[in-house]
Amino acid sequence: MGKSGRTRQGYDGVVVTAPISVPYERYSPEPAHWWLARALSAMHDATKLGADDIDGLCVSSFTLFPDTAVGLTQHFGITPRWLDHVPTGGASGVVTLRRAARAVQCGDASVVACIAGDTNHVDSFRAMLTSFSRFSQDAGYPYGSGGPNGSFSLMTSYYMDRYAIAREDFGKLCVAQRDNALRYPHALMKKPLTLDQYLNARMIADPIALYDCVMPCAGAEAYLVMSEENAKSLGLPFAHVRSTIERHNAYPDDPVQIRGGWALDVDEFWAMAGMQPGQTDMLQTYDDYPVISVMQMEDLGFCEKGAAQAFIRANSFTVDGSFPHNTSGGQLSVGQAGAAGGFLGMVEAMRQLTGGAEKNAVPNARTAVVSGFGMINFDRGLCSGAALLEAGQ
Amino acid sequence: MTEPLRKPPRKNPQVRTVLPTLPPFSRSRKAMAFTAAAAEGRFVLQVCAECASATYPARELCPKCWSMHLEWRDADTGGRLISETTLRTSINTYFRERMPWRIGTVQLRAGPTVLAHIHGDVMRNDEVRMIARTDKSGQGVLMALPAKETPNMADDRQLRELTCDPKHRRVLVTDGRTELGQQTARALASAGASRIFVGIAEQWRPYPGSDDLAAVPGVEIMPLDVTDTISVNELAGEIGGKTDILVNTAEHVRPGGTLDRDGTLTARNEMETNYFGLLRLMQAFAPGMRARGADGDNSACAWVNLLSVYALANWPQFGTTSASHAAAYSLSHCLRGELAGSGVKVINILFGPLEESWRQSLPPPKVTPQKLAATIVDALRQGIESVALGPVAEDVVRRWKEDPAVLERELTQLQAGQAS
Repeated sequence: MGKSGRTRQGYDGVVVTAPISVPYERYSPEPAHWWLARALSAMHDATKLGADDIDGLCVSSFTLFPDTAVGLTQHFGITPRWLDHVPTGGASGVVTLRRAARAVQCGDASVVACIAGDTNHVDSFRAMLTSFSRFSQDAGYPYGSGGPNGSFSLMTSYYMDRYAIAREDFGKLCVAQRDNALRYPHALMKKPLTLDQYLNARMIADPIALYDCVMPCAGAEAYLVMSEENAKSLGLPFAHVRSTIERHNAYPDDPVQIRGGWALDVDEFWAMAGMQPGQTDMLQTYDDYPVISVMQMEDLGFCEKGAAQAFIRANSFTVDGSFPHNTSGGQLSVGQAGAAGGFLGMVEAMRQLTGGAEKNAVPNARTAVVSGFGMINFDRGLCSGAALLEAGQ
Repeated sequence: MTEPLRKPPRKNPQVRTVLPTLPPFSRSRKAMAFTAAAAEGRFVLQVCAECASATYPARELCPKCWSMHLEWRDADTGGRLISETTLRTSINTYFRERMPWRIGTVQLRAGPTVLAHIHGDVMRNDEVRMIARTDKSGQGVLMALPAKETPNMADDRQLRELTCDPKHRRVLVTDGRTELGQQTARALASAGASRIFVGIAEQWRPYPGSDDLAAVPGVEIMPLDVTDTISVNELAGEIGGKTDILVNTAEHVRPGGTLDRDGTLTARNEMETNYFGLLRLMQAFAPGMRARGADGDNSACAWVNLLSVYALANWPQFGTTSASHAAAYSLSHCLRGELAGSGVKVINILFGPLEESWRQSLPPPKVTPQKLAATIVDALRQGIESVALGPVAEDVVRRWKEDPAVLERELTQLQAGQAS
């Protein structure tokens, strides 16, 4: 419950549909606009909806400069009555969903296209890190310019110092994700990964080694938010939004990040959904490094804080395992397409719940938890969020 | 434990000189106050004037009480290393060339946690002593040092990127005729400088201390007259490619203001040495130093100017000398701008009245040449770019920082005993 004392309202009658993933590429000479355009074009192919049918647009992208969502309306020929540009990076999947769902629920828009995408030129990742945020510019980047590798190595190192966990445990998650990725056609990583390979990989920023790190790439993801009646009349398979949370700059006084905003809101998250952590069918975490997936498992209540090692050892994380996790391979195996990385788990969950997943389908999946995490502004990720989706009837 | 730095090998002339690359240099305007303090060797944090909490990185607003009154204050340098990593890849060319590179998270006693470069002798969970210094890009950064001195501590690879340690370096001292020049050569020799070129104008003219100077280990007497462009250029042609540190000890000083004498000759002589002398040295030596800012363990690293503190505001008792030092001080900033990107630091030491013949009649407290020489070496070892030396200089700098307009009035008002 927020400080106002009012409880969160549900999202009755609002659904998500039309999950679109534009296959990623390691490097692309095309601009972000092209990737976002491809997502819309693919959405049109899948749904037959066009510019006249979309009256809400929500965009997330790092490399769209000098444009924002505003410029895209003219570029794409849309005349929306509701528009948002979301700068929350890895939390953008959850955050766009929350924004768009309320817009549809309250009648500010009928059909909202949520799109995220980024290009990856040969030097654009470096350029993005150079000007990522003021705090990072002043107090982060000048220290070795390790980028997220540096930040997450300090978080991982601190976490490993404090809680019982071993590299093997992180490795188990990475290996399972690679297994899932081999069943997902668009993953950039096509070769199997063994635990030995994981453990013996070269160090990048101790204790983070090669297979702990995502590969930056170009790509785009998209989905639609609309009313249930609308989806039914269009004949689109859909999923319900049962619960969401969002939090920024949680626990600012923790000296090093060992938890995220999920921990502040986890009780409301499950109460709103009317479910318990053990009752859902899969978890999609934001996984640019395995330590943050572990924190999401803990902070969303799937295990106690500090008990992740036992949880990991007691479960299997492949699509046919006891705890299906990052069922398309996650960013670690599919690639990190900038802000689309924040959509990857969301779009994958929608695919799973609307019958769109193929070889990597989780059997009889009805519910999915999608979690987001983003924006290492200085020393920690500021944005966190989660959503619980349930397959439509 | 830090390995002692070995004497660098003789340079292979067939191999291309490594070009200077830089750590990231962009900073917010607010963070420039941190850099300015780091240039003085001070570690400052923003502290809220209302709720007293310290904050980092630089902010516009206190995140605890939303007061706008954040003041930069000298901070407790204590802390503990609570997380650390060794980076083995970087997207920045400067760091990439220097891998592996250690960084860590330090919990400051002052409150905030900060990211910092880590000295090789600091281990996880150790107590540390923080220093703020300018890095090769000229911007302020933090480094965590061992709380207590360790053997060969100054030779740490990452620390040496922030300092200009004279150890194994070759130094030009531009004027060895004065006690200051000779003390400087001695201090540099004691600090491990491998060669100390000492300039002497008109070598046929005898000067006190010449024999002792020539006997200082590493000292080589070179012909140099900073008022003579040909002389400066000739010496640069000979040793410009192996001058790692330049200490400009040449000074022409005469008491008095403009009404104490006729004409402009004295003022011209002051300008010839104090301003044009610096300019000639810059034109002759700075290009070579700029190209050698990353040239191994004995890279070019520092240019040291010795300036009267009255460069900041004119003191009419030494009115024209003050003006020439003001011109040189301004030019030193031009030099800093022109060397930006090379990794070569411009160190300005602003001194109060020096214990030497032309300032003989001034009352104490005064700065001895020996003390000034020791301060030069200390600034180099610590990589500090701006030093006020002696009680008079400290006092003037403090007043200047508080309000330069008030200082100007203070220095030019009638003194007790002067006719009204």
